[in-house]
Amino acid sequence: MPRKQGRGTPEVNAGSMADIAFLLLIFFLVTTTIDTDKGIAIRLPPMPEPNQPENNIKLKERNVLKVLVNAADQLLVDGKPMSIKELKKTTKDFIDNPSQDPTKAESPMKAVISLKNDRGTSYNLYIQVHNELKAAYNELREAKAQGEFGRAFDKLTESQQNEIKDYYRQVISEAEPEDIGGGN
Amino acid sequence: MKLQKKKKPSPAISTSSLPDIVFMLLFFFMVTTVMRQTELKVKVVVPQATEIQKLEKKSLVSYIYIGAPSDNYKSKFGTAPRIQLNDAFATPNQVPEFIEKERAARLEQEVPLLTTSIKADRDAKMGIVTDVKQELRKVNALKLNYSSSKRSEVY
Repeated sequence: MPRKQGRGTPEVNAGSMADIAFLLLIFFLVTTTIDTDKGIAIRLPPMPEPNQPENNIKLKERNVLKVLVNAADQLLVDGKPMSIKELKKTTKDFIDNPSQDPTKAESPMKAVISLKNDRGTSYNLYIQVHNELKAAYNELREAKAQGEFGRAFDKLTESQQNEIKDYYRQVISEAEPEDIGGGN
Repeated sequence: MKLQKKKKPSPAISTSSLPDIVFMLLFFFMVTTVMRQTELKVKVVVPQATEIQKLEKKSLVSYIYIGAPSDNYKSKFGTAPRIQLNDAFATPNQVPEFIEKERAARLEQEVPLLTTSIKADRDAKMGIVTDVKQELRKVNALKLNYSSSKRSEVY
C-alpha cells in the first residue's frame, strides 16, 4: 500500500485554549469568596464550678469601671449616661488616671472594667463597646511603648511586650447574664 | 522636505502568550479558592470594628452563624435571628454537641487551639449570643472570636 510521506500528527489547534482558560478563570473568579476571617478575639471566663463557694473578691469601688448597656442601646458608665464616642477617652482616663483623680483607678494594674449588657442589647453595639475598650488598651500600650522604648508596640521584643501587657493588663469582666429589663 | 514616511500598518499584537497569562491567573484563583463547605441559611452582616485580629489557622476554627433566616427559609422559620451550626438551624443547647464533634475531628494536641468564631448579624440581639456564649463556657471552649469587618474611621 502506498504510504503518503511526511504526514506527522497534525498540529492541534491551540487557538481556543485561551477561551477555555478564560471560561474556567471566570468560573473561579465568580465562585471565589476571599474569606476575611477577622474579628475581635476574646477569652471567655471558665464556668464556675457548681460546688465552689462564690468568691466575691471585693474590689475597691474606684478601681472598677462599670459599663452598662441597656436594651435600648444606651450606655451607662459609672452611673453616667454616655455616648459610645466618649467611651474610649473615658476608659483611657480611668485606667491611666493621669490627674490622680480619687474616683478613678489607683494604678493601671488594678483597673478592672466590668461590662454588663441586657439580653435586648443589639449585637452591633456590644461589639462597638468591646472595640472601644480594646482600643483604649491598645492606645495606652502603644503610648507606653513609644515612651519607654521609643518604638511601636508590635516592633518590641516579646519580653518588652509582655512587660507592657502586664502593666496595662486588660481585664474586662463580663457579668453573668441576667435580664436587667428594659424591653426585649 | 520629503520626510513623510509611508504609513506602516501597525503590527498585530501577538496573542500567543495570552493562554499562558490566563492560565497563570486561573491557577492563582484555583489555589486560593476555598469552596464554602456550608450553605448559609441565615443572613449575616457582621459588625464593623477597628481593633480586629486575623484568625490564624482556618482549619482550627469552628463557625457559629447567628442571623435572621434568609428569604428561602423565612416562611418556615420566621424572621427572628437563629443559630446555624454546619448545615442546619439549631438551638443553643445543641452547641456543646457541635463543639464536641469539632473536637473529635481534630488531633488531640490541636484541641486546645480550637477557636470558635461567632459570625453574628449586627442586628441580632445579645440574648441569643449570650446563650451561645454560656454553652461554650459549659464545654470549656473559651477561645472566641467575634467576626467583624474592618472599619476605617475611628470614633
